[in-house]
Amino acid sequence: MTTLELMTGHPLSSPEHAKYAYLYMNRIRKFEEAVEDLFGRGMMHGTMHLSIGQEASPTGVCLALNINDQITSTHRGHGHCIAKGADLTRMIAELLGKEIGYCGGRGGSMHIADVETGNLGANGVVGGGIPIAVGAALASKMMAKGTVVVSFFGDGALNEGAFHEAANMAAIWKLPVIFVCENNKYGMSSSTAKAFALENLSDRAKGYGFPGVTIDGNDVVAVYEATQAAVNRAKAGEGPTLIEAQTYRWKGHSRSDKNLYRTKEEIEEWKAVDPIVRFKNVLLERNIASAEELAEIEKRATDQVIEAVNVAVKATPATPEGLVEAVFKKVSA
Amino acid sequence: MSDRMLTMAEAVREAMGIAMEERPEVFLLGEDVGIYGGAFGVSGDLYHRFGSDRVLDTPISELGIVGAAVGAALSGMRPIVEIQFSDFTAQAMDQIANQAAKIHFMLGGGLHVPMVLRTPSGSGTGAAAQHSQSLETWFANVPGLKVVMPSNPADAKGLLLSAIDDPNPVIFLEHKLLYKIPGRDAVAEGAERIPLGVSKIVRTGKDLTIVATGVMVNKSFEAAARLEAEGISVELIDPRTISPLDMNPIYESVDKTGRLLVVQEAPAHAGFINEVVTQLVGSPSFGSLIAPVKRLAGLNIPIPYAPQLERSAVPQIDDIEIAARDLVKSWK
Repeated sequence: MTTLELMTGHPLSSPEHAKYAYLYMNRIRKFEEAVEDLFGRGMMHGTMHLSIGQEASPTGVCLALNINDQITSTHRGHGHCIAKGADLTRMIAELLGKEIGYCGGRGGSMHIADVETGNLGANGVVGGGIPIAVGAALASKMMAKGTVVVSFFGDGALNEGAFHEAANMAAIWKLPVIFVCENNKYGMSSSTAKAFALENLSDRAKGYGFPGVTIDGNDVVAVYEATQAAVNRAKAGEGPTLIEAQTYRWKGHSRSDKNLYRTKEEIEEWKAVDPIVRFKNVLLERNIASAEELAEIEKRATDQVIEAVNVAVKATPATPEGLVEAVFKKVSA
Repeated sequence: MSDRMLTMAEAVREAMGIAMEERPEVFLLGEDVGIYGGAFGVSGDLYHRFGSDRVLDTPISELGIVGAAVGAALSGMRPIVEIQFSDFTAQAMDQIANQAAKIHFMLGGGLHVPMVLRTPSGSGTGAAAQHSQSLETWFANVPGLKVVMPSNPADAKGLLLSAIDDPNPVIFLEHKLLYKIPGRDAVAEGAERIPLGVSKIVRTGKDLTIVATGVMVNKSFEAAARLEAEGISVELIDPRTISPLDMNPIYESVDKTGRLLVVQEAPAHAGFINEVVTQLVGSPSFGSLIAPVKRLAGLNIPIPYAPQLERSAVPQIDDIEIAARDLVKSWK
């Protein structure tokens, strides 16, 4: 297991922060590419939802969080887990159905949780994590923990009743929760233009009585700054914020997607605003890091993912023994 | 021995009060549980005893309420959720069945959900089809949920204390006809727990075994008392928790009586009580049967409104009495 090396703070506050943000965005990208490769080679079964093109959002959000702050994640959640500090080996191992995987092979890609890093779990149900995040924020307030909870979800979840009920409860109780809507423009094949009669999805927040902001979700600095403002608000007891991070998934919804609902041109337009390349250019323009240093970070990210894959591939497969006993937590005497 | 005769509403309230005094992380949330005292008066004065933070009134948002309980339970609290009618759990089913029930298993065992969902269940109040269902089978068919159906105040108190202690999600179904009537047994004053997963022999007998759940335990008890007068001796067993289910006392009883009548209020088709029969049929005690197994259950219809229609939809004392007598008289 790699040791945690989590940092908190503005991605441009020091060269270390900048390189950290760059490393994490690259780790997510390389991880997703490795997953796609494993899947393509038939080594991984089930399905997968890749977040390539969306790396700025989890990275920027988690730079504003401490390790004891909590998150809930989604079916497209690998980036959230990694940005919150999850171990890459245990993640890959889970995808490969190995015993050392985060869920011991019982959950797979859509259900990675990590108690150590405050990750309450990815979720296979659209909107499923939002009420849970509100409950975690309720516990934070009741227990005076001083922590915040981030609920990541996509544009599709904003049309679930779960969001409505949870957002209202967070508002009336002024809970320390931040709703991060990663608007990647499609809920499977339904475009936001078809599914919403709103220009900015963050306008929804007005109806609940808390602020909503729409930001460039492919700009890790903008994501961090919006999240930090929401964290400050939450910790001051002022309640929730809705952040709409506009982004785009380069890959299909899942493995079965033939991209019939969007054009190649549209995908290329978004690839031109690659969040990793954009941040790289900022770092080069401002002389925060050299091209060589950034290339070295990219290589480090690649190496970390390769090492994780190598260890995970060789790990012991999960066995059916103990499955029935695993349903309930044992009642302590 | 205490001789306190409480109603089930009082016993449930007492258990919640004890748990809240014992542990600061226990709190109650739900619609109108605060100053109103709960739709059926179950939370009563808890709001005044523990304050608005620990007896938390919520908006009418069943999915949000249960989700908030799940998230709080994952984060160090021990919530008790009250859903005003068990029928409304349908609104919250994602959080119950897909989230609470699965988190411990699916996410690898590092997280758990110590949450109790209490809800009034069953028919008999003239509230018609959306306020009268017996939905225990919905929950019993989801691995990861424990399901409790107390039939009397004393059991309700001890079982609820165990449910609150339990590190897993527990669905606690309170029959609303039992809320206002005192039980047959006194309710002890202390904090004694009744473990989940232990069936109770309500009365002993030698001619016939009746296994009944919820309010049907009381109806069966009345039927058994009538039959006693004519020399028919009924052994009555209340599983109390349907998940997990303790079959051993049922096997032992059938080995003794050779006859089995099962009674539930829920519709017969695919009902919980069929599980009792199936397990018995697959056990060595099948060989002890000297009569066909008889099932009494609700009709396969939505609960109707008019009192005479409503009564006809679920087993009544007379039905149980007739079925029991028939089993004993027809099969020697």
